[in-house]
Amino acid sequence: MREQSILRVAAKMMTPFILVFGLYVVFHGDISPGGGFQGGVIIASGFILYGLVYGGADMRRVIPRWLSDALLALGVLLYAGTGTFCLLAGYRFLDYTALRPSSPGTGEVIGMTLVEYGVGFTVAMVMVTIYNEISEGTVPEDGGDGSATAEAPSSGAAAGRDAIRPGTAAPPSAA
Amino acid sequence: MSDFELINVILLFMITLVALAVVAVRNLLAAGMLMSIYSFLMALIWTNIDSIDVAFTEAAVGAGISTVLFIGALVHVGTEEKPLRPIHWPALLVTAATAVALLYGTVGMPRFGDVTSPANTSAVAAAYIEQNVEKSPDPAGHHTEAAAESHEGDYFHGHVPNFVTAVIVSYRGYDTMYETTVIFIAGLSMVLFLRMRKSGG
Amino acid sequence: MSLGGHYNYWIAILLMMIGLYPVIAKPNLIKKILGLSLFQTGIFLFYISVGKVFGGTAPIYFEPAGRDPAMYTNSIPTALILTGIVVSVSTTAVALAIAVSIKRAYGTVEMYDIENADRDDQE
Repeated sequence: MREQSILRVAAKMMTPFILVFGLYVVFHGDISPGGGFQGGVIIASGFILYGLVYGGADMRRVIPRWLSDALLALGVLLYAGTGTFCLLAGYRFLDYTALRPSSPGTGEVIGMTLVEYGVGFTVAMVMVTIYNEISEGTVPEDGGDGSATAEAPSSGAAAGRDAIRPGTAAPPSAA
Repeated sequence: MSDFELINVILLFMITLVALAVVAVRNLLAAGMLMSIYSFLMALIWTNIDSIDVAFTEAAVGAGISTVLFIGALVHVGTEEKPLRPIHWPALLVTAATAVALLYGTVGMPRFGDVTSPANTSAVAAAYIEQNVEKSPDPAGHHTEAAAESHEGDYFHGHVPNFVTAVIVSYRGYDTMYETTVIFIAGLSMVLFLRMRKSGG
Repeated sequence: MSLGGHYNYWIAILLMMIGLYPVIAKPNLIKKILGLSLFQTGIFLFYISVGKVFGGTAPIYFEPAGRDPAMYTNSIPTALILTGIVVSVSTTAVALAIAVSIKRAYGTVEMYDIENADRDDQE
């Protein structure tokens, strides 16, 4: 799809708007329909659109693997961390009044916003990871980027079956 | 028949046809496409029923991500199902028996859309609305502290107009935390299943 | 109302059963996963139909409705099903990853061929 200029130009022009709209949906989760999940998926679809049109290698230059893995875990950490912070401040777990004891209503909103960010990060990065892993080795790209799985593991077929059959306790072979 | 009912019936009819097509079609790529159409029609049905957060999520996740997922998997797996097998009669019998049991169970249910049904008149639903509304006198979400103080022993001091987000994030925050963990585990398992093989072989 | 009060529930059960049949009967793993996805959305439709209130509107606070629960569609089924949809897509993703792994190991995703390959391996 690299050669089709209409797709390339349209994808490149639409991606920033998609990302901004996704962020808008996350931020306005408590006023309008939306929230962490919906916004996270929209952000991910901006990146996936870029990856579909320009190829997986270009998308991984924008979001390298280590970054998506790190943000994946960071989202859950943010959520649980907010709860633990409330616990350590002397309140109950996930009792958001600990974030601003002077004004419980504001504390509640701060807590909800932080938590929505965490959910948005995790969901967006999970969708990008799913796309990355599922589309590996399918279309042989120009640089031969990681298309080692294009050949079926014929010699290691029996070993491969042993690896995924439960109860045989055979370690995944490195052949 | 009101407008809502007319749209509802038309969409339900269309979605039944699409569901039958997903099951019957042999080419898996076509089945993936039909699944995407099914998700989109389901999002429309839910918008009609006024559950807009669910419609939003289904449109984004079902009609968007799920389709990419299926097509990506189909490139690995191959797009043709094996030649037509005859109808599996025991399975059809089990399905019919389950359907009869479930239909018998719906006879005693309240009418669709009833305001006086137990789900809609329970104290829990009214309490959520009461606690959200009392403290959000205008849609932008600004509230007065006086309104918050009028509720003794109430641990929820937020003032969000969107009831569903308030329920998910604040009242049921535990559930959402573990749901985030579940989707994190799904991403992790994708990495474990599909990434290690590449570097290993 | 005019069509009887339960037609939404019946259509939801019909969709569930249309999804249940491939899970049991079709040997292709991808068809099974598609059937599972149909089954899950049928359940969601059933659950959300319980919360619908005729004459109500979306569960977002606005001035003319005030705090009358009869003016809003019930927000609790919506909140629960939101979690359900996300878990459903997670399950589908993991199931497809397993199917792709099976394809790499066995060369096929038809259930009976996989069983035959297993039986041949054990002999």
